[in-house]
Amino acid sequence: MIPAAFDYSTPSTLNEALALLKQYGDEAKILAGGHSLIPMMKLRFASPQHLIDINNIPGLSYIKEDGGFLKIGALTREVMLEDSDLIHKKYPIFIDATKLIADPQVRNMGTIGGNIAHGDAANDHPAVMLALRAEVVITGESGARTVPIDEFFFGFYSTAVQPGEILTEIKIPIPGKGSGGAYHKLERKVGDYATAGVAVQVTMDKGSCTYIGIGLTNVNATPLRAARSEGVLKGNKITDALIEQAAQFAAEDCNPSADLRGDEEYKRAMVKVLVKRIIHKAIDRAK
Amino acid sequence: MEKEITVTLNGEEKTLTVEPRLLLVHLIRENLNQTGTHIGCDTSNCGACTVLLDGKSVKSCTILAVQANGKKITTVEGLATAEGLHPLQEGFKENHALHCGFCTPGMMMRAVELLEKNPNPTEEEIRWGISGNLCRCTGYNNIVLAVQYAGAKMRGEKLPSTEPIFV
Repeated sequence: MIPAAFDYSTPSTLNEALALLKQYGDEAKILAGGHSLIPMMKLRFASPQHLIDINNIPGLSYIKEDGGFLKIGALTREVMLEDSDLIHKKYPIFIDATKLIADPQVRNMGTIGGNIAHGDAANDHPAVMLALRAEVVITGESGARTVPIDEFFFGFYSTAVQPGEILTEIKIPIPGKGSGGAYHKLERKVGDYATAGVAVQVTMDKGSCTYIGIGLTNVNATPLRAARSEGVLKGNKITDALIEQAAQFAAEDCNPSADLRGDEEYKRAMVKVLVKRIIHKAIDRAK
Repeated sequence: MEKEITVTLNGEEKTLTVEPRLLLVHLIRENLNQTGTHIGCDTSNCGACTVLLDGKSVKSCTILAVQANGKKITTVEGLATAEGLHPLQEGFKENHALHCGFCTPGMMMRAVELLEKNPNPTEEEIRWGISGNLCRCTGYNNIVLAVQYAGAKMRGEKLPSTEPIFV
């Protein structure tokens, strides 16, 4: 399979890339890791006339704590998260997620920015970002703006990134003492999209939950916050009955569609099981 | 719209003019005539097209040739040296780790990076490490033995007396 013909640019600065985006408008796509875009181009689901390859722009690839945030550059490869000491030590939720994204070769190319900017509810990082209440930095000609993750996903392949803009950074408020997070997706085999995926981030104080974020993968048209489930737990002493209730709400509030991975009823059941397990795992890690 | 690119394939510098839509695997096989790199699924699932790009294992069916501009490409043809086979090639040979051989170049190129990052992997780490490469003949057991054999040889240890499974 060969993509339709296109022209190709390799800007060496962000400003150059933004100027090219302005010049080519709707006809251009940004090429980062390319492991969602190139398959779509080979299948002719996408036929951009111009590719703007941002891989040669320095300074878009980093993982650092700065000013109360964990900051991750948009061009950071999945493998860099997997290999990062900081991520291993303080943010194991990302290790859970990255090791389930595709396979090692794809993780050598795929970027966290692309995973989010693609706007696919089947991708894994969006649910993690919902759980962590991340902020997305989007840069355009007039400068950078920050969008809360809850206002980022508009619909199927549609996000807050507007024509002429590039997603440049993900900012995560550094969780306080007593915090823990975990992610798991049920997949049929390595490289598959989630049958269902669940990300949970908690902060515990003497058995009470002072922060909770729950994000769901691939059980809605967009990545979904399990808001009613969070409401059950936040501010309360955590009991098995409350966790059961939260899991039940998540199963009721998601909107999975039947496909080769299972029917709706099965997927709701799996959401319930995963929400319970991942809440327990996140609380264990908060200790 | 054609672009001039320069790549170093297995140590040899090549300059070519290519269409931006040319895939890296086609550059390697058709423009540079190195057919050891295979095209399997053509959808970045099977790993048969795995090569090293600046030392990192990647699926060359999902990368554009123009993205390799200025980079080093290593394919299976670049593994053996004048002194003989690469330890992985020897490991695959000694452990009966291939039947039809279609997945073998991709498996070995993936295992090169795996052993470089983790010179003494456990069986589980090897299985995770090659999880992006499909083999439809061997059932993987002998491939795991081959990678363990190569790891031992590269660490300069006594070679494991393995018992490959023959079917």
